[in-house]
Amino acid sequence: SVSHSQITRLYSRFTSLDKGENGTLSREDFQRIPELAINPLGDRIINAFFSEGEDQVNFRGFMRTLAHFRPIEDNEKSKDQNGPEPLNSRSNKLHFAFRLYDLDKDDKISRDELLQVLRMMVGVNISDEQLGSIADRTIQEADQDGDCAISFAEFVKVLEKVDVEQKMSIRFLH
Amino acid sequence: ELGWLAARLGAAWLSLVFALIVLPSALGVSLGISEAYMWVLVKTLEWATIRIQKGAKKPQPQMQKTAAANGIIERDETPMEKEIAGLHRMEFHFSDIFYFCRKGFEAIVEDEVTQRFSSEELVSWNLLTRTNVNFHYISLRLTVVWVIGVIVRYCFLLPLRFTLAAIGITSMIVGTTVVGQLPNSSVKDYLSEVVHLTCSRILVRALSGTIHYHNKENKPKKGGICVANHTSPIDAIILTNDGCYAMVGQVHGGLMGIIQRATVKACPHVWFERSEMKDRHLVTKRLREHVADKNKLPILIFPEGTCINNTSVMMFRKGSFEIGGTIYPVAIKYDPQFGDAFWNSSKYNIVSYLLRIMTSWAIVCDVWYMPPMVRKEGEDAVQFANRVRSAIARQGGLTELPWDGGLKRAKVKDSFKEEQQKNYSKMLVRNGSVG
Repeated sequence: SVSHSQITRLYSRFTSLDKGENGTLSREDFQRIPELAINPLGDRIINAFFSEGEDQVNFRGFMRTLAHFRPIEDNEKSKDQNGPEPLNSRSNKLHFAFRLYDLDKDDKISRDELLQVLRMMVGVNISDEQLGSIADRTIQEADQDGDCAISFAEFVKVLEKVDVEQKMSIRFLH
Repeated sequence: ELGWLAARLGAAWLSLVFALIVLPSALGVSLGISEAYMWVLVKTLEWATIRIQKGAKKPQPQMQKTAAANGIIERDETPMEKEIAGLHRMEFHFSDIFYFCRKGFEAIVEDEVTQRFSSEELVSWNLLTRTNVNFHYISLRLTVVWVIGVIVRYCFLLPLRFTLAAIGITSMIVGTTVVGQLPNSSVKDYLSEVVHLTCSRILVRALSGTIHYHNKENKPKKGGICVANHTSPIDAIILTNDGCYAMVGQVHGGLMGIIQRATVKACPHVWFERSEMKDRHLVTKRLREHVADKNKLPILIFPEGTCINNTSVMMFRKGSFEIGGTIYPVAIKYDPQFGDAFWNSSKYNIVSYLLRIMTSWAIVCDVWYMPPMVRKEGEDAVQFANRVRSAIARQGGLTELPWDGGLKRAKVKDSFKEEQQKNYSKMLVRNGSVG
């Protein structure tokens, strides 16, 4: 579980981002962080904090989303087999990444959705045809049931050799 | 009867202030009162720190004083190319987003830029309410000392400092107007210097300023350009306490405007109208003319363009470095233990800022004069600006950031995002063909 000092520091960070001082963060509050504003996937990442139809996120929601990025080692200390799966398990980290691609939340990554995310990452530097080829090939390699879309199970299979735990974790200093 | 008594007290108070503070300022001598005050202050704060450490329930982890250790998270500095391309070559992979995702979340938890626009966190409490964020009630003795501190600061120091500031500003306006009436001559220049120096010294004492100047042999000379990092409006007073400069800035209204109009009569400060500031060529031309005249005082410029919280030096605007002439870099580092000099202009206006400064313990800072620098052959203004910035950051023990101080208010340019997109595209496609 998260330590007291970590919560205090994250709360301090939350309040410093909250320019409106109303206990919640809006999308603009996030976009004020320069390093996030220049991130090609910045908007998708910001979106992950907000529930369907909401424009504000409170501290609880903030922590919940951040919890996905806690290192998996933290779970070793509190082995609760009967409890719900922790947010930072490998499976939930993969689910989080899946949702970044699945723009319409229909539990499938379609060719269009993949194209849109690709376009965000490459900007204007690659033509539509080339991007289309990349998307086609990626889906072809991962698609197992032939529906030309990627389901979560297919997504997990493609990433089985990737060290998700290390790549999707942020280490706290104390 | 009571009125007569109040007048007597008031007169006695003013004569004490004059004798002990204003007169020594004019003569440039020190009576040692500030030193004694600082000694008492340092001893008290040391005592307070020990009490806090003893009172802490859990053993505190060794808190290092460097800004890096005050960070919340460990940042992974692996460059994009290594992290993404390391897995595969020349093709897209679903895991590519992990890099951007993690970078994004790291920035949300802690980013290099926005933290520079708020005050530095203290390692241990300095008995000011405003810095008591992470520290809790420790002991009765400490609380009593804190209460005494509040009384001393608000009931004694604040009126004293306010009186001094009033005297300082009034003398500045009156003195420079009088000197301004004289015809241009070396006598006028000398008197102008005396007036400026005296008033600066009074104002520094009004802030209980303790300033250590290092390497005075490198002090900016006439015809040069003095360049320093910017933390607060009082930076200018800190520097004019030790030398005379030609100020550069925009004409303001109100009290500031009165001061500007008075001082420019005595000494050729460079004040621009708001409309003139927009024309960069006009600004550069006027400054170039000033610098070309070797009899004129060195101009003082703060190239960051805005106040930063004194833990880092942000991007220098290249305008100052296109003027030509010799640059005299100066590094200013405040000690936050005695009072926070940083002006967070989005949070406090100038009046509440000055109030906070005047109710702090003191303003303690180090000023390093650095050897002059000139633009090298083949170096453009931006590279020169960065070179000077590195030198200042290194001397003052500040970190260097490639970000623009303007980010305090403005959005970041899209070109940075475009650069990242370009770099990523290079890994997917080479020579226009898909891998």
